[in-house]
Amino acid sequence: MKLIVAIVRPDRLNDVLEALFRADVRGLTLSRVEGHGGELEAVQTYRGTTVKMELVEKVRLEIGVSEPFVDVTVEAIRAAAATGEVGDGKIFVLPVESVVRIRTGERDVDAVTPVAAPAVAPR
Amino acid sequence: MDSSAALTPPLPAAAAPDIAWLLVSTALVLLMAPGLAFFYGGLVRAKNALNTIMMTLGAFAAGTLAWSLAGYSLAFSGDGAWFGDLGHLALTGVGLEPRGTVPHLLFFAFQATFAGITVALVAGALVERMRFGAWLAFSALWTIVVYAPVCHWVWGGGWLADLGALDFAGGTVVHVNAGAAALVGALALGPRRDWGRQALLPHSVPFVLLGAGLLWFGWFGFNAGSALAVGDAAVVAFANTLLAPLATLAAWMALDAGRTGRVTAVGAATAIVVGLVAVTPAAGFVSPRGALAIGLVAALPSYFALLARGRSRLDDSLDVVAAHGLGGLSGALLTGVFASAAWGGTPGLLEGNAPLVGRQLAAVLATLAWSGLGTAGLLRLVAAFAPLAVDRRVEARGLDVALHGEEAYGSGEGAILVLASAGPSHDLPAPVLSAAESGRA
Repeated sequence: MKLIVAIVRPDRLNDVLEALFRADVRGLTLSRVEGHGGELEAVQTYRGTTVKMELVEKVRLEIGVSEPFVDVTVEAIRAAAATGEVGDGKIFVLPVESVVRIRTGERDVDAVTPVAAPAVAPR
Repeated sequence: MDSSAALTPPLPAAAAPDIAWLLVSTALVLLMAPGLAFFYGGLVRAKNALNTIMMTLGAFAAGTLAWSLAGYSLAFSGDGAWFGDLGHLALTGVGLEPRGTVPHLLFFAFQATFAGITVALVAGALVERMRFGAWLAFSALWTIVVYAPVCHWVWGGGWLADLGALDFAGGTVVHVNAGAAALVGALALGPRRDWGRQALLPHSVPFVLLGAGLLWFGWFGFNAGSALAVGDAAVVAFANTLLAPLATLAAWMALDAGRTGRVTAVGAATAIVVGLVAVTPAAGFVSPRGALAIGLVAALPSYFALLARGRSRLDDSLDVVAAHGLGGLSGALLTGVFASAAWGGTPGLLEGNAPLVGRQLAAVLATLAWSGLGTAGLLRLVAAFAPLAVDRRVEARGLDVALHGEEAYGSGEGAILVLASAGPSHDLPAPVLSAAESGRA
């Protein structure tokens, strides 16, 4: 099992989520973060005060996957998040010692295998 | 100097209440600009909040300026059937002489706020993807080419006034006009990149409600001020402006509750606006019970148009067509049904004068045609000089940062002050930047 941590541009998030969905990767955690990856700072002006925004908004995705899904997930994120410009983000793949699914107590590979939730009725 | 000449002839002292009421009404209509800006601003995503507010206020400013320079003259100078003349170009001859019972300059200022708010309404169909400069240019041109003639037809002694079509405060001139422009504009500009892929949700529902509340407040000046005098017509219009949105609100909440089991806040805000739009042409022409009926009936077409629009390919971002176009159309036709001689109008369908409905329909259709064609032509003209839509990357990042260099909800963290006279000492890269460049980040 691996924990995949990806930092991507917020404006690529929709495409990343769509790519993960198409790759059958389910179950992820998302946080809005600020950071810096070497891109040129955005310049903003407020009432004559010019500022450089050193930290820019990013989105961090955390996905626990079993081994067969590692490359699929990484490639889905990379392809969807890339714009070719500095600041596209990073994908980290971390080893995971153990995973427990809280609801059932399942462990490790079973715990990162998605289960179907009851369908939500459309409006 | 002839500045003293402009002060004569004086208005009679009896005109003082009319002047006072129109001064207040003008300021009330002006309040609708920030009201609309926040109504629209709350309905878009956070990354476009500032741009949407700027699009609304910018259109108001550009439209009002263009109105002062040329639009007012084309609408209110001369008595041609289709257009006014250039007699008041750049406010020539607009001074303190009486126009009705108020000074001409005050009449101009009141009408100017109408011109500004009308084009600002159109912004709602185009936000989150249109370039700011192109929008300002379009706003100024639209006010002169589309708004001013329609205003002349109805209020400037043009052919719709001669025909006897009723429009108390602008159901056709303002709302059908803006709705038609919104429809054509949304089709010409194309949908937002995320339209149909993602639910595009309001980022601040409290702003939407705040905006709707300010609009309602300002609308008392819009409708009751359109009586242009203190008196019965102003009182009727005032009460009707209070009553009609209540009926729309009740109908809308019942529809919401029946359909989904929940009454929504955004729905309530929309209902208030639809009710106000629908009562606008009728305000000083129908009984209070008539206003309640208009508000109730007008909820239905707009409500179902909103639902249908959400499933269609038409990306009218903030439903200007359903709320203003269709609401204005319902109101204009229902004015023909409920107009009452006893309450200040001419007799309508319920008083045995069916042809009035036909005249109302003629006014709506003529406005739809003029506004639709004029908007299409002006958008093509502006597009010949500069693109209308922002780049896809800009749209994805959000228009606030890309077009205005500001964020609506910045955290304030990580902002480095750039001093105007920045010497080398201010130009040093920040430590984080050098770490990134050396490949450690």
